Amino acid sequence: MATAESVLKPDYQATRKHFIFNDEHEQLRESITNFAIKELAPHADEWEETTFPDSVFRRMGELGFLGLDKPEEYGGQGGDYFSAIVLGEAISNANCGGLSMGIAVQTDMAMPPILALGTEEQKQEWAVPAIKGEKILCLGITEPDAGSDVKGIKTRAVRDGDEYVINGSKTYITNGHRSDVIVLVTKTDPDAGYDGFTLFLVPMDSPGVIREKKLQKMGMHASDTALLAFQDVRVPASAVLGEVGKGFYHIMWELQGERMIGAAGSVAGAQKCFDRTLEYAKEREAFGKAIGHFQVIRHKFAEMATKIETARQLVYVTAWRFANGEYPVREISMAKLHASRVACEVADECIQIHGGAGYMKEYNVERVWRDMRLNRIGAGTDEIMLEVIGRSYGL
Amino acid sequence: MSPLAPPFTDEHEELRQSARGFIERELAPHAQQWEDDRWFPDEVFPKLAAQGLLGLKYPESYGGQGGDYLHEAVLCEEMARTGSGGTAAGIGAHINIATPPIWKFGTEEQKQRYLVPAIRGELIGALAITEPGAGSDVAALSTRAERVDGGWVVNGEKTYITNGVRAHFIVTAVKTSAADRHHDISFLIVERGEGVGSSKLEKLGWHASDTATISFADVFVPEENMLGEQNEGFKLIMANFQWERLAMALGAVGAMALAWERTAEFARERAAFGKPLSGHQVIRHKLADLATSVHTCRCVTYDALRRFVAGEEPLREVTMAKLVTQRASFELMDECLQIHGGAGYMREYFIERAARDARLGPIGCGSDEIMREILGRVLAL
Repeated sequence: MATAESVLKPDYQATRKHFIFNDEHEQLRESITNFAIKELAPHADEWEETTFPDSVFRRMGELGFLGLDKPEEYGGQGGDYFSAIVLGEAISNANCGGLSMGIAVQTDMAMPPILALGTEEQKQEWAVPAIKGEKILCLGITEPDAGSDVKGIKTRAVRDGDEYVINGSKTYITNGHRSDVIVLVTKTDPDAGYDGFTLFLVPMDSPGVIREKKLQKMGMHASDTALLAFQDVRVPASAVLGEVGKGFYHIMWELQGERMIGAAGSVAGAQKCFDRTLEYAKEREAFGKAIGHFQVIRHKFAEMATKIETARQLVYVTAWRFANGEYPVREISMAKLHASRVACEVADECIQIHGGAGYMKEYNVERVWRDMRLNRIGAGTDEIMLEVIGRSYGL
Repeated sequence: MSPLAPPFTDEHEELRQSARGFIERELAPHAQQWEDDRWFPDEVFPKLAAQGLLGLKYPESYGGQGGDYLHEAVLCEEMARTGSGGTAAGIGAHINIATPPIWKFGTEEQKQRYLVPAIRGELIGALAITEPGAGSDVAALSTRAERVDGGWVVNGEKTYITNGVRAHFIVTAVKTSAADRHHDISFLIVERGEGVGSSKLEKLGWHASDTATISFADVFVPEENMLGEQNEGFKLIMANFQWERLAMALGAVGAMALAWERTAEFARERAAFGKPLSGHQVIRHKLADLATSVHTCRCVTYDALRRFVAGEEPLREVTMAKLVTQRASFELMDECLQIHGGAGYMREYFIERAARDARLGPIGCGSDEIMREILGRVLAL
């Protein structure tokens, strides 16, 4: 029989784990959080100007953070998928959206295809040092004339004896300037439709790879974003990643993990912004009391907390399915769509609560607002997510 | 079909299928008639009881099924398939609002007299808290119970009471002391009889439900009908709120899923400009957005439910689930109505009723504003 007393005193301050996490995950969360706060966050402002240094990869590799869910035989920690989610969330404590993104490209975008599709040689050459943080990876899908419409990409790889010759260009490539290798989506058979694409692992120091320019962006300033050109770049046939002609399907699979980690990052970014704003609202006074104690502001927080919670539940439940070996494209798309929208709405509301201060660089909220805006575009826009979801119902 | 996410198991899925089957067979076909009648028949209760559906979470010793809140949760969600918010509300008020306090706080004698027949569908219950002058602000209640020899005499008025006309017993909040605001409320189980009057209210939606104002004029209630401790009624109210709100969240999830399915079906069949409505990208994206909303509401509600069942007392999560689902449900119904176009405005299609029924969500069982107030307090604001 439930006693009335116990019902009356909810312990809402207690941390209660979601069912996908265990104590080990929580310890991991704590250690990544500590690392991010001590070693990364103090440099966040500087890195907005300079982009974050490559040494971050090496340091994180040293700490084992780049291979949390990767097999031990390649130097990973052999953990489950949820540990990747923990990283995606906890790294937000660096207060540096561009850094979170650069790391996510390494761990959850470029590396999974190498480990899932690569030959033993490819894994040894790229995944092993990437997990150590000694090699930096990037992923090349988008082109100046083709983004969400992957089928429209034009970068060509033409077989020439034992080699392929690659020509084309890629843009908006995160880690593009610093990377050692690119997972490159090319067209190998222009007449084969979806079956005409092939992935390559192209070393970025190959002759003919031109890192054209660092792109200036609205936010994510700590990340380097590149426009790349490939002019008669020759790679051996052994540089093919996965199967020739299956590149489209490979990359569609890769995008699921990318969207998952993006969704987790959105939730974490929104939460972080919320926490900081809550602190502000408890301190900042107006009309004789802390602004957080005005009902209108209090309700704004209630609303934001609820939104963030909805996104979090969506991400966790979807991660659970993903980790159980399902391929829940619909739910992943929903999680990515919803979480990134929530992040943008929360960031905007946080600026509003800060008032004039929110518009100032000093308080960091405007940076979050600029950083988060990418999440509704990158890894597939809101509109693409809606299209995927709609079609999944046969509509 | 993907495997079930915690907390549900195959056992719950079986219950879901059988409850859904019963509701679609026995209740849904009458929904329109009951809406028109502004009443669903009392016989629905014994019918549900025969299926074991009035006592899923109650112990077998009282005639229940010996299940738990998860079983009840399945029914809450499926009840939306009646297609009549008012019918679901009347049944829900009996199962989730009126009887749980007797189960939790009642004496053995009270359980035998009220809970056991209620589980059999022979007695119908109502819970009466709200008054013309006090809703969410429970401390402002004014219905009074004066101590007399052998019991209490109740005077006052309650309103917006679901099952208010048909209820055989009314679990009623009364003031029993002039002490401080939160320690002057008690609950009495009032049987319908001399001095108890009901008048049915006309509403925006929930037409099949007999929502009523109940008046008490010198109603004598014997002292053995005091439910729980005297002057500790506030605890009883708070104790049941969490489950009531979860039940509402679950109901909204069920209603949203149903409305979405039917609207998607409509969009596939209805042609415009040479192709099905769903072939138009704008409509496809609307439906995709709405499907995301249904899934989001389900995830957040199931998380709160899982925590509730695990005994975590998740005030925060339940409040969020209630807040987000009720508004999302109303918004979804409105969009579904829009997708139906002119047909959506017609009685013939279910959606205008669903939209009206869903409007109660952000008000009932603590308004959106009260939910945000609670959450604000949780955040120490």
